[in-house]
Amino acid sequence: MSAWAKHQVFEKNSLILLVGILLVVAIGGLVEIVPLFYLKSTIEKVEGVRPYTPLEMAGRNIYVREGCYNCHSQMVRPLRDEVERYGHYSLAAESMYDRPFQWGSKRTGPDLARVGGKYSDEWQRAHLVNPRSVVPGSIMPGYPFLAERELDVKHIAQDLKVQALLGVPYSDEMIAKVETDIVAQATVDDPGAAELVKRYPKAIARDFDGNPARVTEMDALIAYLQMLGTLVDFKTYDRKANVR
Amino acid sequence: MANAAGVGKTLTFGEGGTAAALAALAVLSIIITANAWTPEYGFHAFLFFLGSIAGVFAIFSRYHARPAAPVAQEIDGKPNYNMGPVKFATIAAMVWGIAGFLIGVVIAAQLTWPALNFDLQWINFGRMRPLHTSAVIFAFGGNVLLATSFYVVQRTCHARLAGSIAPWFVILGYNFFIVIAGTGYLLGITQGKEYAEPEWYADLWLTVVWVVYLLVFLTTLWKRREPHIYVANWFYLAFIVTIAMLHLGNNATIPVSIYSPKSYIVWSGVQDAMVQWWYGHNAVGFFLTAGFLAIMYYFVPKRADRPVYSYRLSIVHFWALIFLYIWAGPHHLHYTALPDWAQTLGMVFSIILWMPSWGGMINGLMTLEGAWDKLRTDPVLRMMVVSVAFYGMSTFEGPLMSIKAVNSLSHYTDWTIGHVHSGALGWVGYVSFGAIYCLVPWLWNRSRLYSLKLVNWHFWISTIGIVLYISAMWVAGIMQGLMWRAYTALGFLEYSFIETTEAMHGYYAIRTLGGLLFLTGALIMAYNLWMTIRSSELAESAAARPQMVPAE
Repeated sequence: MSAWAKHQVFEKNSLILLVGILLVVAIGGLVEIVPLFYLKSTIEKVEGVRPYTPLEMAGRNIYVREGCYNCHSQMVRPLRDEVERYGHYSLAAESMYDRPFQWGSKRTGPDLARVGGKYSDEWQRAHLVNPRSVVPGSIMPGYPFLAERELDVKHIAQDLKVQALLGVPYSDEMIAKVETDIVAQATVDDPGAAELVKRYPKAIARDFDGNPARVTEMDALIAYLQMLGTLVDFKTYDRKANVR
Repeated sequence: MANAAGVGKTLTFGEGGTAAALAALAVLSIIITANAWTPEYGFHAFLFFLGSIAGVFAIFSRYHARPAAPVAQEIDGKPNYNMGPVKFATIAAMVWGIAGFLIGVVIAAQLTWPALNFDLQWINFGRMRPLHTSAVIFAFGGNVLLATSFYVVQRTCHARLAGSIAPWFVILGYNFFIVIAGTGYLLGITQGKEYAEPEWYADLWLTVVWVVYLLVFLTTLWKRREPHIYVANWFYLAFIVTIAMLHLGNNATIPVSIYSPKSYIVWSGVQDAMVQWWYGHNAVGFFLTAGFLAIMYYFVPKRADRPVYSYRLSIVHFWALIFLYIWAGPHHLHYTALPDWAQTLGMVFSIILWMPSWGGMINGLMTLEGAWDKLRTDPVLRMMVVSVAFYGMSTFEGPLMSIKAVNSLSHYTDWTIGHVHSGALGWVGYVSFGAIYCLVPWLWNRSRLYSLKLVNWHFWISTIGIVLYISAMWVAGIMQGLMWRAYTALGFLEYSFIETTEAMHGYYAIRTLGGLLFLTGALIMAYNLWMTIRSSELAESAAARPQMVPAE
């Protein structure tokens, strides 16, 4: 019996064919995915990285909802032009609390991994309402409706609970204080701001959307954009710390 | 038959079980509708309610209309094929295809003239782009795969499709999933993972549909009267099984609440990125490649009336293709925070993948050996052959772009978009069109297509469209990549980001035109098919068609 004839065992038994296929397609994924859960370079802890504040997380969910990832990456590659254009290359640890990750695959617009602090809140607001008012050649859609819509805060505690279940270090206190933390972060000189920063170091608290009367989706999205890539202090970051 | 009047007619397990399950789903859906945290989710729950109620009604009205005896498996010694679900999926494919191409043209125009976003949340580019990708991949491509797999598995096994309710459940359930997914994007319900945007409840529904799909397919294979499983069915089986594995891995989420559309994925950051592109690349590899290779393996030999070129090549390239494809995912993550070794593995396997891909191309093209003259006279066959040529081209371009040095230029640019569309429009689109042009006269028992001349028009108009599209994207992508990394003599970055965006404008306009031509071709096709179905020219005898020769 020639070697080719042996293949008939697959052609004549659908279940053997099925099991054969499953075994063959399982290998590559297992080899590439499983080590990422224990290799030091992918589970490194880096000073400064913390879970998102409730307002930032709400902003991130709006970023996901509007499909910003379709045009904006959040992953600076270690290439000369990218580091000069966007800043320090992205670390694995900087997206360790990202569910889902938003590295993106297309730069119709610029990378946003380190956009935090690059523009003022006023600029971000004007740009989101009408991108062409500040960047005439922009092809980004306008998002004026974000400024009109009150942020739905009723269930955000539940978002934190689910993430805590998945291993994000949200404490019971953080979950209990969700609504006060949101108000504190979206208001100028709110008395709760000190506690917020204690819970979430480096959290910026101010009136992001320029409308002190209420907390809008615009507040949340700008709060998220303004913290992107700002948590790690690269003056003190030790590049060799995770090299074995 | 004595029972013809309905006496002694009983519900089958499939009818009763499906109706009961749908009734339970209707109750659950109405509870969720009442308690949903967002109106968008409430709307979806209500659609589930309507859908499941309609399903129960359909099952009972079908029960009342049918004779008591089960449908004959054979009539006069010939298999009594079940082509109803195939017909439905064929029409659905054409309808979704046109919708998907149209949305593609709209979003291409939005990138050219951003005012077309109208500042409206429901139709901004960010929500429309997933609608386009899902409509063409899952709605158009998915229905083509469902239709052809149910057709091919019956014909090559000489057996009636397994189940009675089950095939309809697969087809209608899948299209319901498409409706939920598509309306969800416009309403802002998304997981934010490319090509896996539908949220947890849509994913769960798809999982049920997919398991039934696998069972119907496998059970039909078990009923076969041929000793061998035909090569097209290997590819269909690999497609169904692997997509199930990928779907479960990449959609492992925990819902925030049963009353919330939102869920969080159990993987995060680097791990999530790797799982996503393990899924994403193999959605290409198994949905858009293995499944459509199955179409090639049935329809090209059938239309050319030639046997498959090489049986041995089909064995080698089948196993090599499915083994190697899975490894290629990390080439979407070059120079990211994914470890270098994984990137290198992804690159190496992507390059090796070139070989089995071309194995498939050679097997498809060489099937025409001795029948090349038919390309002159049969535009349907020409379409399928050109599709295989496009397959060869984009499976050469893919490995090229997976090389890290090339990728550092091409990644994040429109070159990727061009590459995807040479595969999507050229390969997947054309092989699907070819298969549908074959299927419609067969299914509706017509002697021929309404007009081969119109097929010719379709072919040339859409080919010009594809050429405009992909060449505009090559130029735009490579130019943008070079502009991003251009330095002045003094060592500063030469261009701001917005200058590179502005440089794209003309090419985006050409791309829009290319897409418009492709859409025009599809509209001509739809008209042609409509006229074919409406014509009264019946085929002389379905049995007169040559039977498929199994691979030996």
